[in-house]
Amino acid sequence: MNLIRLEELFADPRDLALFHALQEGLPLLARPYAALGERAGYTEDEVIARLEAWRTSGLIKRLGVIVRHRRLGYLANAMVVWDVPDTEVRRVAAELCQRSFVTLCYRRPRRGPDWPYNLFCMIHGQDRNRVESQVRQLIDDCGMASWPTATLFSSRCFKQRGARYIPENRMVSSVRHGQYA
Amino acid sequence: MNDTERTIINGLQGGFPVCERPFLAAAERLGLSEEALIDGLRGLLDAGVLSRFGPMYHAERLGGALSLVAMEIPAADFEQIAGQVNAFPEVAHNYARDHTFNMWFVLATEKPERKTEILDEIERITGYRVYDMPKLTEYFVGLRLDV
Repeated sequence: MNLIRLEELFADPRDLALFHALQEGLPLLARPYAALGERAGYTEDEVIARLEAWRTSGLIKRLGVIVRHRRLGYLANAMVVWDVPDTEVRRVAAELCQRSFVTLCYRRPRRGPDWPYNLFCMIHGQDRNRVESQVRQLIDDCGMASWPTATLFSSRCFKQRGARYIPENRMVSSVRHGQYA
Repeated sequence: MNDTERTIINGLQGGFPVCERPFLAAAERLGLSEEALIDGLRGLLDAGVLSRFGPMYHAERLGGALSLVAMEIPAADFEQIAGQVNAFPEVAHNYARDHTFNMWFVLATEKPERKTEILDEIERITGYRVYDMPKLTEYFVGLRLDV
């Protein structure tokens, strides 16, 4: 596990300030990157260059709307898990990912006899019966019938927001208030 | 939901432009005016349909930790424990699921070592065990919902 601090990753304090300003959301103004630049101490062009670099490097996975799927009628949301032999995981995952209704797919560690599952996928659906038939279809199509499986529908959402990084030191808040602007 | 809002949600789940007038560029692509796009986004945020309009950062590339954590909580204690867990700002979302492992939350920390501290703290406060299931491989990140 690496131990990079955000402060080390962003050698220039303006980058750290930009990172934190952006994560609160893009300002809803005609020139949002100019507005972010004012908060971070960058010009509009510099902000554009930084964000393009962050997208290229993968630091920004995507930029756009983050939806609360339950508000959109996606209430039948299943986490489907399997105990797949380690030698088969890659093949099966590749097949799962080809289905348009599979929205996320991960390999995770097993956790003892109570949780023997190592392959997880998410299906976000609007109808529970339909999601259940999609799960059966996956099991048939991908040859998974002999492996232990479980389907966990979400029954309630207690908290939903994007992951947020909590600024740790005072430098961040002073940058925010324009010390470097 | 009106047509403009539908267009915005379907068209802007990724790939928002990075240029001087990004709302104008995106609006042209979606067949909207710049003003209609900005107003529409503001309305969707105010209504809570969107949790955010902005970046999805790559947590691991930032040196932080991101994990999926499960707990097995008796029904009678569920509300109270959910409140205790959700009080940590690093808990990004938390779902009740129909399984003996019935509480599932995502934990995102800036420093990897902070993850262990928070998980220890949750076990101490709640008295229940946590099952940490960080991803080992991510096969697909195309979460996209049509409305």
